[in-house]
Amino acid sequence: MMLLRAGIGRLAWRNLWRNRRRTLIMLLAVVVGVWAMVFMSAMMRGMVDEMVRNGLDQLPGEVQIHHRDYRDDPSVVNSIAPPAGDLLAALQQPPVSAWSARVRVPAMVSSAHGSRGVTLLGVDPAAERALGSAPRTMVAGRFLDGVDDRGVVLGQRLVERLETGLGKRVVIMSQDPDNNVADRGVRVVGIYSARLPGDEERFVYGGRAAIQELLGIGHQVSEVAVIGDGYRAVAPWAARVAAAAPELEVLSWRQLDPFLDAMLTLQDGFALVFMVVVFQALSFGLVNTLAMAVFERVREIGLMQALGMRPGLVLQQVLLESVFLLGLGLALGNALAWLSIKPLESGIDLSSVARGMEMFAMGSILYPALDWRDMLLSTVVVLGLGLLASLIPAWRAARLDPVRALNSH
Amino acid sequence: MTAISCRELCKTFRQGEELITGLDRVSLDIDSGSFVSLSGPSGSGKTTLLNAMGGLDTPDSGQVTVGGTRIDGLDRGERADMRLHNIGFVFQAYNLVPVLSAQENVEFVMQVQGVAAAERQRRAREVLDDVGLAGMEGRLPGELSGGQQQRVAVARAIAARPKLVLADEPTANLDSHSAAQLMGLFVELNEQRGVTFVMSTHDTRVMAYARRLISMRDGRIVEDRAQEPRPMNL
Ligand SMILES: Nc1ncnc2c1ncn2[C@@H]1O[C@H](COP(=O)(O)OP(=O)(O)OP(=O)(O)O)[C@@H](O)[C@H]1O
Ligand SMILES: [Mg+2]
Repeated sequence: MMLLRAGIGRLAWRNLWRNRRRTLIMLLAVVVGVWAMVFMSAMMRGMVDEMVRNGLDQLPGEVQIHHRDYRDDPSVVNSIAPPAGDLLAALQQPPVSAWSARVRVPAMVSSAHGSRGVTLLGVDPAAERALGSAPRTMVAGRFLDGVDDRGVVLGQRLVERLETGLGKRVVIMSQDPDNNVADRGVRVVGIYSARLPGDEERFVYGGRAAIQELLGIGHQVSEVAVIGDGYRAVAPWAARVAAAAPELEVLSWRQLDPFLDAMLTLQDGFALVFMVVVFQALSFGLVNTLAMAVFERVREIGLMQALGMRPGLVLQQVLLESVFLLGLGLALGNALAWLSIKPLESGIDLSSVARGMEMFAMGSILYPALDWRDMLLSTVVVLGLGLLASLIPAWRAARLDPVRALNSH
Repeated sequence: MTAISCRELCKTFRQGEELITGLDRVSLDIDSGSFVSLSGPSGSGKTTLLNAMGGLDTPDSGQVTVGGTRIDGLDRGERADMRLHNIGFVFQAYNLVPVLSAQENVEFVMQVQGVAAAERQRRAREVLDDVGLAGMEGRLPGELSGGQQQRVAVARAIAARPKLVLADEPTANLDSHSAAQLMGLFVELNEQRGVTFVMSTHDTRVMAYARRLISMRDGRIVEDRAQEPRPMNL
């Protein structure tokens, strides 16, 4: 290799430490800049991941299967038969990891003290758990036993609003396919808490068969929610499921919630923009540091050129100095970011500001997500743009006229 | 054999409105193995001529041939290569790279040339020994006296085995004892190794070491004669 042969690596390294103070200051700036890039990206990624996860919980599932008219009119009329035949076969094939057929209708829950509009979910508890959409935390009582469970599970906030409690009776009221009121008194068998307080007021769970019986819809369901092996890679298997159920509407979360989709797409863009902005601040210091370093060494550079060092090699030497500085800064900055994020990955409690965050579909705990791709991106940005910026002083050094440079004072 | 040949070299500098003559139709042949001194008043064109012969600068017109190859008209990179492989330089001052040790400074040119590390180190140590700096290989330039620094520069110039060494006032910053030592070294390298030396100097006592004396004035050669070297007690 030309560089090593000419020994300019050693030269560049020693030159870097000639002005120890200046180099250390610049190094510190790079370290802090890189740390900020990676740390902020991890925060943003944690935030967006959280939003997407919460969003998927709400949907729920990465893919949903509905009657073609369900989304326009989510009533019992637009229900579908539970998966069978080709569709069932498609749902049993990897990467599909879980699915749940559920009844989902608008309903009213009343206690002695009031009533509330809710979304009534008739579910198979085992399937919901596999899907990850069963309530995570039970505050009191239990979740449903099975599809035949005739009790209901309410959110804590709803219980408070209705001034009811565990073991008490409430009345749920909805419509059957013939627009007749279907109502039934049921017992509250469990109270859950949700990550998003709003969910606690919205979702009421009942056994699927019990709800189907209440609504008089036989074995029909409103939707089938499906998950695979990660929300980012949903397109291929969603298409396969759709092909197995041509008469139904099969949509991925990207189509179901375009906002989430946009968030996810924007996030990578945000990270890049943020990094470039931070780099901008660094680049002035970097160019200045190198320009000073070149300026102080004009005679020496003239000497090396006089002795037969080609201008290209002079250019490389200055760039190499920059690479050493940036590389060191990147290594330390990334290490620092890693060290500062790892302990936070178990979650940062934001409950004091959680009410504001709910607007953005955020829970009250933020889980920063350190991603090697963000570290890679920061490295590419800092090294790539850094080298580009360093070209200015390096070019100046290479263009020096050896005779004049040697005679300058 | 001819080490350097110059034909009708002209160089004019422009300083504002003024045109300054650097070289005025200089023609000159220097044989391999010779020891030439360039003298003349300040501004007579000594440095300009050395720079043209060493490919550090290009003449406005005329031809320069080094070791049989025309070098006027080469581009920057080609001239750098030409210098790297053919010419050793000793400047008046600021000869060494401050962050490199004496040994590393001597190795520098060989390193750029691509000489293998072991060979390079062996040659550098040998030449440093020849110039009387054994034991000082690890010192940085700042830890050497002016005379020692110039000797490192000479070591570097000859370690790369150039066709000729160009020295522009190599003794100007030295006390007379160091100057005498350096000249003794030049003579020795010239006589024992056949290295061609062309040096410029103001100092008549330094000129005395040369075997050919060229005097310049106003960019021209006004005198060119052979002499029997008369090393003096400086
Ligand atoms: N880069 C330059 N720009 C303008 N004029 C120059 C330049 N270089 C040399 N000159 C002029 O050209 C003439 C010859 O200069 P040169 O340096 O060759 O003289 P010199 O004999 O080496 O003098 P000295 O003994 O002082 O080193 C001088 O008049 C000098 O002022
Ligand atoms: Mg001069």
